[in-house]
Amino acid sequence: MDIQAIHKLLHDRFGAAVGPVSSARLFEFIEVAPDRIDEVCYHLATEPALLFDSLSNLSGCDYPLRGKIQMVYDLYSYTHDHSLVLKVDADRANPRVATVERVWPAANWHEREAYDLLGVVFTGHSDLRRILLPDDWVGHPLRKDYVEAPDYHGISTIRESVLNIPGRN
Amino acid sequence: MSLINSVPEMVLTTKVDQLLNWTRKSSLWYMLFGLACCAIEMMQTGGPRSDLDRFGMAPRATPRVSDLMIVAGTLTLKMALRTKVLYEQMPDPKYVLSMGSCANCGGLFQLAYSVCDGVDKIIPVDVYVPGCPPRPEALTEGLLLLQQKMMQERWLVKAERPADAA
Repeated sequence: MDIQAIHKLLHDRFGAAVGPVSSARLFEFIEVAPDRIDEVCYHLATEPALLFDSLSNLSGCDYPLRGKIQMVYDLYSYTHDHSLVLKVDADRANPRVATVERVWPAANWHEREAYDLLGVVFTGHSDLRRILLPDDWVGHPLRKDYVEAPDYHGISTIRESVLNIPGRN
Repeated sequence: MSLINSVPEMVLTTKVDQLLNWTRKSSLWYMLFGLACCAIEMMQTGGPRSDLDRFGMAPRATPRVSDLMIVAGTLTLKMALRTKVLYEQMPDPKYVLSMGSCANCGGLFQLAYSVCDGVDKIIPVDVYVPGCPPRPEALTEGLLLLQQKMMQERWLVKAERPADAA
């Protein structure tokens, strides 16, 4: 099933929560409202004509100038051999996105990573802790305005570099 | 150790310091502490082709019976705290070998926010082995250098300390 047909099915069911199909040159995607993403994904995963049984990837990107953090959901259906990309725009000041952990259990760790590195809060997540960085880490490193702390538990993070990148401590 | 046997047969003469050092360097048990891809080369070094057993070295799974920590791989800040704890659990005398660019200076990842650039920021290091990753021959040479260093130690002679060290 191609993206236009999938979009029509979604739009008929969820209305304004599903945005138009993008005119991206390489990969087309559909934008979804952050508080409805769990319902949309549940529908995509269970509807017999769609049956997206696999969450291939869940990633995110920080856009400080546009004031948003964008989450990207790469879906794939092994049954029907079709794929789909969903994007969710979250408010950068208070990023809150509904969890899709109940739909695909694999999303648990993906969402923990997004929380760890970008600071996106997934509402309804069963275990939203940091997954890679230590629990007492300050800040979310993949945010564009992240400033590194000068030390971590007495270990200096001031690095002697021949590259001497400006803006680094 | 002097193997020149002068008067009685079947007796070796040596100094106590050297005897202690010789026994110590001949049973250098190293702790398995592979952090990244360097650990693959460390396993290879312990394997049959380069065979660390011929120097009396054996891998141990716990710091409490180890003499040597081979820090093999990228040291993250999260792991750095654990590294210090593991080092403190090792009984004296203890040695640290820093294996590969990442453990020496952070290597390729030294500018990353999560990486500690150099294990010598955390614990004292005896031998640095360069390479990315070092071949088993390089690691073997580093271990032989460590053995040479161990043979220089003098445990029975009171160390000359500077006046300000209490």
